[in-house]
Amino acid sequence: MAATATGTDRTVHAGVGGGPRPRNGNGFHKNGEGDDVPFRFSPARYRIGVWAAIGSILMLFVALTSAYIVRSASSDDWRRIAMPKILWVSTALLIVSSITIELSRRSLKSRHDAAYSRWLLNTVVLGVGFVASQLIAWRQLVRQGVYMASNPYNSFFYLLTGAHGLHVLGGLGALAYLVLTTRRVAKSIDGELRRTGAADAVAIYWHFMDALWIGLFALLMFWK
Amino acid sequence: MAEATHAEVHRHPAPTSFIRKYIFSLDHKVIGIQYLLLALAAVIVGMIMSVLMRVNLSWPGTHIKIMETLFPQGAPGGVMTPEFYLSLVTMHGTIMVFFVLTTAPQGGFGNYFLPIQIGAEDMAFPLLNMMSFWVTLVGFVVILTAIFAEGNATVGGWFSKLGTSFAGGSGTVGPIGGWTGYPPLSALGPIAGPGQGAGVNLWVISIAIFCVGSLLGALNFITTLLNMRTRGMTLMRMPLTCWAWFTTAILALLSFPVLLGGGILLLLDRIAGTSFFIPGGLYVSGNTVPLHNGGSPLLWQHLFWFFGHPEVYIAILPGMGATSHILSTFARKPVFGYRAMVFAIFAIGMLGFFVWGHHMFMSGMSPYSAVAFSVLTLSIGVPSAIKTFNWLGTLWGAKIRFTTPMLFSIGFVSLFVAGGITGLVLGQSSLDFFFHDTYFVTAHFHLVMGVASIFGMFAATYFWFPKMFGRCMNEGIGKIHFWITFLGVYAIFVPFHAMGLLGMPRRYAQFTEYEFLKNSKGLVTFVTVAAIITVTAQVLFYFNFFWSMFKGAPASENPWEATTLEWIIPSPPPHDNFAGIIPTVFHGPYEFSVPGAPNDFIMQTDGENIVAEAGGSNGGNGHRH
Repeated sequence: MAATATGTDRTVHAGVGGGPRPRNGNGFHKNGEGDDVPFRFSPARYRIGVWAAIGSILMLFVALTSAYIVRSASSDDWRRIAMPKILWVSTALLIVSSITIELSRRSLKSRHDAAYSRWLLNTVVLGVGFVASQLIAWRQLVRQGVYMASNPYNSFFYLLTGAHGLHVLGGLGALAYLVLTTRRVAKSIDGELRRTGAADAVAIYWHFMDALWIGLFALLMFWK
Repeated sequence: MAEATHAEVHRHPAPTSFIRKYIFSLDHKVIGIQYLLLALAAVIVGMIMSVLMRVNLSWPGTHIKIMETLFPQGAPGGVMTPEFYLSLVTMHGTIMVFFVLTTAPQGGFGNYFLPIQIGAEDMAFPLLNMMSFWVTLVGFVVILTAIFAEGNATVGGWFSKLGTSFAGGSGTVGPIGGWTGYPPLSALGPIAGPGQGAGVNLWVISIAIFCVGSLLGALNFITTLLNMRTRGMTLMRMPLTCWAWFTTAILALLSFPVLLGGGILLLLDRIAGTSFFIPGGLYVSGNTVPLHNGGSPLLWQHLFWFFGHPEVYIAILPGMGATSHILSTFARKPVFGYRAMVFAIFAIGMLGFFVWGHHMFMSGMSPYSAVAFSVLTLSIGVPSAIKTFNWLGTLWGAKIRFTTPMLFSIGFVSLFVAGGITGLVLGQSSLDFFFHDTYFVTAHFHLVMGVASIFGMFAATYFWFPKMFGRCMNEGIGKIHFWITFLGVYAIFVPFHAMGLLGMPRRYAQFTEYEFLKNSKGLVTFVTVAAIITVTAQVLFYFNFFWSMFKGAPASENPWEATTLEWIIPSPPPHDNFAGIIPTVFHGPYEFSVPGAPNDFIMQTDGENIVAEAGGSNGGNGHRH
């Protein structure tokens, strides 16, 4: 080290051990001069959080659906059931709710608070409708004597719809929180960013629930 | 908006009530310490279990009075039954892997230091962070309950009322299926033998709860790191510790859900009568198993090891991060090949997702898959070697300060090499045919995953203790603790390799009946004595930890002359870490011995022109040079 030291010549050392690097291209363009408020809330936080959550939920369903595929091939006792018709209703409800939450998100972005809360309420109603129609489907199956343990296909049917339903209930909880806080208009810039950030994240989550259900429904309908 | 007023607006007042401050705290620092204390408690349980196992292996038939009092069925007359031994194996593994190796490195040190090292005031989601700890604690309480649900007839009676699969009081201290809980036996319920009732149910439930807690934590780590780095803290200026915690969080985020899924399926097999893992026509302990058909036990192995292998890296990556950090600090040299270290951490983490099959070479998998898994497994040797050589490169030619944290970091490198090298042996399916389920495997994973990770944590504890508690740990006791532990763990686990070569199988309660193991008696006893000495030496650590908390020498802001952000704030740090002042980062994390600099270290926050200003008194952040 000492042999190369020339006092003020920094290039000697540049690039060693994550050491000093030239200013350009090292992130300063994002956080450059004048931006002195890094502790300000950044709405990207909710987005990153919800995408991480989606990643892990996706892995849960990847595990369960891989088990479905493996199990369907591992024995000859796999017997499908006649899919309850009402599942088409719940699918339709969920798809429409995806549209309404998108509308509510756009309303909030364009600062139409009334439209925002109206579309939000519509989404909640549709979401509750989805859960209700899933439960009706379960009841119909139980009435026909289709139980969880009677066949591996049934086990997976209840498991996948149940696990998805629980995650939808979580989404409904988040929606309810948004509905309850629609009237609480934030006083600060931070508060407003938080509000829109949260609405954004819930919308992303809700779309994911929609897509996930379509995937599961297709799997249950068409795979073996 | 002026910076000063802005900072004022955003200072969160510290909570004043005891409960909000120390129990249900939202402060990442308190949560980190809570995680550490949880691990410190769990590791005692795990160590006691390992000593009991060793005693039974070397002196079968030993009467232990307290076991007779606590578990009259499992240890009649104070002598443990083979089932009791198996349940010790299971609980030792489960508690150590989940509640020690996963909680302390990530939940403990990660929680405490990740936000500070990136210049954030707290985690991104403090409420989730608090929940993550409390959920994990509930998981720990549930796994402890399993000990008494199976071990105590009265407690077992309470659980038996919940249904057949919850039948308890069979005289073990938990399930007997090992920490991997392979079905079909683990899926059948009490019909499969002692320990398979309430013990397994509580075990599965505990792990499922633990998964949820870890997921909440992982989500928080990822968001915090991506979203809350302070001005100038680019990704490539982060300390390697942060890179390690980040990679670990990604692994946890993607692997724990798979274990959770497997756990749900296993629990349903046990309580809801499904057949995910239970094949038809099973005949167990003289009974045919009714009502099940067509399940695949191998399916569980795939799900479990898809989680299980990344879990190994969840345990050790934070140790690698801490070691890199500490080696550089006390070698007074930049980490050799910072970028290579970052890529190696990431490569190890990502490759970890594609090698789970090497745990299943003996499961009858196609030899072609075995070769693929083998090659992928051995390829992890490349980033591992990069890390090792870079650690050695960091030490090369350095004027090393041999402090206790430095000794433990060097110990980590040594153990990582010693334990990792046998991974190259076990990773080859042809060799694994012989070594599978022998003590050779036990030696390998204890050295590399268990002890190396723990050494990383010891290093981290000695290193960061002054920052966490404002007092230094005693160096003298620390060094004695290091040397006994370092020599002790080698004395325990090196003979394990020899036992494995002799063909000694894992998980057996006794070896006295086996002719081919007659000669190993001395070795077994030697290991037990070494284990008892090593475990006893940990009293030094516990004493040092708690004594220094109150009586240790007061620590300055930066006792180790380190460069990262945690060392520019008081010890212990204020509630919001930087007291409303926003740090600005100008330098990489390991700028030691920079030519022309006024000191042999440059803080990350030192002004940009610090080297040009050689002779200047102050880097502009108020700390003394």
